[in-house]
Amino acid sequence: MDHLDKLEAQSVFIFREAFRKFKNLAMLWSIGKDSTVLLWLARKAFFGHVPLPLVHIDTSYKIPAMIAYRDQLAREWKLNMVWGQNTKALQEGQTFPLGKVDRLTCCGSLKSEALKHTLAGDWPRWRLNHTTGQYEQDPDKEPYTGVIVGVRADEEGSRSKERYFSPRDKHNDWNVDDQPPELWNQFKTDFAPGTHIRIHPLLDWTELNIWEYIDRENIPVTDLYFNRGEGKRYRSLGCYPCTQPVASEARNVKEILAELRTGKFAHIAERAGRAQDKDGGGLESLRRDGYM
Amino acid sequence: MIQNEREQFHLVVVGHVDHGKSTVIGRLLADTGSLPDGKLDQVRQECARTAKPFEYAFLLDALKAEQAQGITIDTARSFFKSATRDYIIIDAPGHIEFLKNMITGAARAEAAVLIIDAKEGVRENSRRHGTMLSLLGIRQVVVVVNKMDLVDYRQEVFEAIRDEYQAFLARLGIQPLAFLPLAAFHGENLTAPSARMSWFSGPPLLAQIDQFQKEALLEHKPFRLPVQDVYKFTEEGDDRRITAGRIESGQITPGAQVVFYPSQKSAVVKSFEEFNRETPSQWGPGKSAGFTLEPELYVRPGELMTLANERPPAVANRFRANIFWMGKGPLLTGKKYKLKMHTAEAPVWIEEILSVLDASDLSSGTKKQVDQHEVAECILETAKNVAFDLSTDLAPTGRFVLVDEWEIAGGGIILQSLGEEHRLLERHLADRERNWDRSPLTPGLRSGRYGQRSAFVLLSGSDAGELFHLGRALEEKLFLGGRYVYYLGLSSALSGLQADLAGQDDRWEFLRRLGEAAHLFTDAGTILITAVPDLDAEETTFFIRLANPTDLFIVELEAGLGIEPQVNNITRRLQESNILVDWVL
Repeated sequence: MDHLDKLEAQSVFIFREAFRKFKNLAMLWSIGKDSTVLLWLARKAFFGHVPLPLVHIDTSYKIPAMIAYRDQLAREWKLNMVWGQNTKALQEGQTFPLGKVDRLTCCGSLKSEALKHTLAGDWPRWRLNHTTGQYEQDPDKEPYTGVIVGVRADEEGSRSKERYFSPRDKHNDWNVDDQPPELWNQFKTDFAPGTHIRIHPLLDWTELNIWEYIDRENIPVTDLYFNRGEGKRYRSLGCYPCTQPVASEARNVKEILAELRTGKFAHIAERAGRAQDKDGGGLESLRRDGYM
Repeated sequence: MIQNEREQFHLVVVGHVDHGKSTVIGRLLADTGSLPDGKLDQVRQECARTAKPFEYAFLLDALKAEQAQGITIDTARSFFKSATRDYIIIDAPGHIEFLKNMITGAARAEAAVLIIDAKEGVRENSRRHGTMLSLLGIRQVVVVVNKMDLVDYRQEVFEAIRDEYQAFLARLGIQPLAFLPLAAFHGENLTAPSARMSWFSGPPLLAQIDQFQKEALLEHKPFRLPVQDVYKFTEEGDDRRITAGRIESGQITPGAQVVFYPSQKSAVVKSFEEFNRETPSQWGPGKSAGFTLEPELYVRPGELMTLANERPPAVANRFRANIFWMGKGPLLTGKKYKLKMHTAEAPVWIEEILSVLDASDLSSGTKKQVDQHEVAECILETAKNVAFDLSTDLAPTGRFVLVDEWEIAGGGIILQSLGEEHRLLERHLADRERNWDRSPLTPGLRSGRYGQRSAFVLLSGSDAGELFHLGRALEEKLFLGGRYVYYLGLSSALSGLQADLAGQDDRWEFLRRLGEAAHLFTDAGTILITAVPDLDAEETTFFIRLANPTDLFIVELEAGLGIEPQVNNITRRLQESNILVDWVL
């Protein structure tokens, strides 16, 4: 097996462990390249099927092409697609783009809070009805106790501390200092009532591996990652007011691979275009509070 | 230019707290050009600004919490490149509190660098980490005597530590690939030989770790695939029943004759299954695989798939093992834990603690419990049989973890299989028998009054709906015939007797309670009917022991026969066995 084969095999193993151990299992899909590879790996693990719901947190500030791409794939692959939102904060305009709160507060509210309540089922969830092609309020209000997330250890400092199976308490808090041991592919799959587990099948993948795999498997990704003639492309996707593209001529997957292999970005953080990482406590503070 | 297929190697760096692990790693990152531009200067400036002496550890401390405490909390992963391959380097914390983090890191590693401070010499965690490496099965170790600058680069200091530690490792059966002197902070003997230690003739650290070998391949060992799950996803007309799991060792081809343990069910591999890939003619270790089988089998997760023409695994419920304990509370005999071994799970008890090893000096003694950070040799007994190998024969299927409440609290490697013997069950039955409060109303008196002998009727099959109808119909027939009968439905059992059980994991506990309930009902003279889907041979034996000495009738659902004929068949069996007195068919 080559390196990609090994990464794939480990991710598939983790998927199958999660699937057999958690009755209420969901997967977060941010529409970005990592979680799209994650979705592909679910199809690998389950032989073409995706037998678990995909949850998307819609901040309403996502680049519109991302939502279009989400719904297109959801219909094509018959995905069990669910989304949630912090409707109250949006209605009251408590957002950074409207100038009422700072970036971190905005992320905390539109992402972390929305995620927490969508997972817990105490805020409305909207599910795609494949017959009508429309989203409808989901009658299922059961909390998700296992949540699969596409974080990678190489992305940024705090993520290098993650486990494959990482417990969160009822406030979604992550206790970095006291994490369960993981050895010999035995993970924490037992959890106390009121807690849930984040599952990270992509932990060992690098940015380059992700693009190599997209190339090898011919996985469809949104064209926001490509230079569409303006000499720039997104390297990491998020909300448009806080996400900046990088200068790049790469127009397709092969050209992105070539670009990454030149080492052009070797010393520039992948999330450098994500403004919230730079404010205050940055990503680690956000993650402690349940940010994905 | 990054080449496409450079070898990746997982290396763990361990040692006593403050012996210089972070410095070794930080300096390796810096000297191999693996740091982001300006990062080193940035950290140096930050140190100058805050009037702290510069340390390489600051470079690695990605988390603020860590810097606040001044110790490496977790197994941070960093990447560096040598001329020949890429290293994923795991900085395992040296502080005793974080032993479970050290173990998490080390368990992933293919080789280890163990660091000892030249000035402080061999310390408690130097020994403890050596012991853990041995238990985790990491055989490739380089021992570094660091901070040689603090002892003026003296050869005799290096040699004294080498001799002491070598003797210690020899008792654990570890033969290090090399001992080498180092002054990591100054880069002496790190990537190039040190002029200050010209008395040392071996290669510097980087060249030494480049000599670690990739793990010995498991493909020539017997085939082992722990079953993770059996899938039947029926969407889009998919009718494949796929047995899935990861190959731990050996190789397999379509058409192979396979046997599952402990059930001993056998089949032929009909096809390899994989999404979006041409399937090859052979799969080997590491592959997360999927198969269809002929005939289609019902096997449970946790069974070991093997090849019929190779050495079978051990099947037992008792075994001897070495255990390292990480739990906050002690490991106790007689307390129930959960065993997780490859993909199998079972309730497990420590039957006996044979000896407790002090990992820091290898002295051993006998104790009634195993405390945190101790290593012990124990005899374990599981509630049901598990299939495994001895750790010396096949490491991946010869090791396990113990779960205490919700946490993985211990790990172990299997030294010896002790066969099948349910000592705890037998002890329980003897206790139950001895302590039973016997009524002066004998079973004979009761059966005279009720016109029946008590019995336990256990319905089994795969269709829960059919089982329910059969149970109800049988109850009604016997009741209308004037008998004392009770049908304990599955959902009644699950919401009452079993309400505290976490889910499907606790099947054994469910069966145990059902067995005890059956014992009570039948002691009261009743005919108890209940249903358990997919009962296997071992569970049947368990019920026979637990419900003993009452009459037990195990009835397999006969699909397609219809409810009424089945009710009549069971009634006839009860009548023929003199359970139903004066029953007219």
